[in-house]
Amino acid sequence: MSTSIMNTNFVLLLLVGAFVGAASGRLGSFMVLKRMSLVGDALSHVALPGIAVAITFGFHPMVGALLALLSAVLGIWYLGEHSEVYPEALVGVVFTASLAVGILLTPEPELFEALFGNIEKMVPVDALVVLAAASAIFMATRAISKKLLLSIVSDELATSGGVDMPKLNLIYLLLVGFVVALGVKFLGTLLTGALVIVPAAAAKNLAKNMQSYWRLSSLFGVISASAGILIAKFFTIPSGPAVVLVAVGLFLASYIFKERKKPSPGRP
Amino acid sequence: MNDDVVLSARQITVKFDDHLILNHISFDVVRGSTLAIIGPNGAGKTVLFKVLLGLIPYEGTVSWAPDVRIGYVPQKLSVGRDLPLTVFEFLKFKEEDPEKIKELLQSVGFKKEQTSHIHNDLRVLQTRIGSLSGGELQRVLIAYALLGDPQVLLFDEPTSGIDIAGEETMYSLIHNIQREKNLTILFISHELEIVYKHAGNVLCLNKERICFGTPKKVINQESLFKLYGEDTHVYKHHEH
Repeated sequence: MSTSIMNTNFVLLLLVGAFVGAASGRLGSFMVLKRMSLVGDALSHVALPGIAVAITFGFHPMVGALLALLSAVLGIWYLGEHSEVYPEALVGVVFTASLAVGILLTPEPELFEALFGNIEKMVPVDALVVLAAASAIFMATRAISKKLLLSIVSDELATSGGVDMPKLNLIYLLLVGFVVALGVKFLGTLLTGALVIVPAAAAKNLAKNMQSYWRLSSLFGVISASAGILIAKFFTIPSGPAVVLVAVGLFLASYIFKERKKPSPGRP
Repeated sequence: MNDDVVLSARQITVKFDDHLILNHISFDVVRGSTLAIIGPNGAGKTVLFKVLLGLIPYEGTVSWAPDVRIGYVPQKLSVGRDLPLTVFEFLKFKEEDPEKIKELLQSVGFKKEQTSHIHNDLRVLQTRIGSLSGGELQRVLIAYALLGDPQVLLFDEPTSGIDIAGEETMYSLIHNIQREKNLTILFISHELEIVYKHAGNVLCLNKERICFGTPKKVINQESLFKLYGEDTHVYKHHEH
């Protein structure tokens, strides 16, 4: 590999990918367990109108994406707390609508980048902010992991054990919103959801227990993002699809491994 | 509240939308006693437990003795076999010390030495929660509840999904734990025989309080009719 590729700036970008990948993987492990994978995916689409508005009014696209995501997260949280059935159809309608509106609003030159991501456009200041934010998200997720897991096992055990479920769910969804906002720059609004879901889904195929599930989710997130960014640089293709395809490759490999190791029918 | 009374429920009423689930239920539970709650499906038994645990909104008052520690054993968990959570990791939610966890698992019937099936001894710690059978899961859930060192245990149908032999073991187990730790126990049951044998008091529930008192006194043709409808007869305890 030539030295021109491996300059300081590029190393920083690789680090960004790795950190966002780790945070996404760890958060995604719960998204998969909570059967909310598609919500995570759809959520990333909401970032697009936010980016469009930001470009139109001349402020930072990531701020626009973040604001749009935060309002979507609050909406999801409110519906989850106040309605008996999870309003899946409503989520589908609102999120595809925001994608459609976003595509119409985003100026043509920026549209491709907003949809599929381009990490090359990231300046060092952005990169440092993203590194700090991704670390904070990772730590925050670790801190609430026990409570989140207990709430997945039984919300009654969690609540009777003193866990404030509405608050916990809100914190969790906010973290998902934050991590999606971070990923949007190099994955694009169409594909960011994949970095939350696919590494965690791959990890679940291989995990023996929760500790290994969490470790593998983060590790696969790191591998997907950094390998994807390297491949994108090498072949001069958009980083978003490259990252997602690496993640999908990991998923396929883990799935094949799991199927081959499958015990005979009956209890293990 | 009297010192002996650990729980006092007064005029508990629960409505879901306009649907009346529980109608002015009152009762007291004395420290160290065992109360069975019986009633047909949909009588509001589990809802009453949720009220006692403060999980759902209700009218009326629930007064627990000050600083009482409550353990809850739910009927089942909402986990699939695919959840990578092991029994050990689950119990570690409440207790860091592996020795204490092992000790408690033995007290709920898991063997220390290896048995023919890994689910029957301490190797169960490394298996997934979702792969346990109904009875195994129930014993793990009892262990989980006991880890908080509770003074009161709430059991939601301790024997659902367990065969008759296992059922009797489960109740002997609960009985032993109660004697050892001087626990107050509230349990929901469908089995009148179990109620006769193991409960000091029984609360018959069918949206309203149908009867309350010692099983021998209050379970009769009239209360059973009110609970289950026409085709029921007084069911006397008999040996299998």
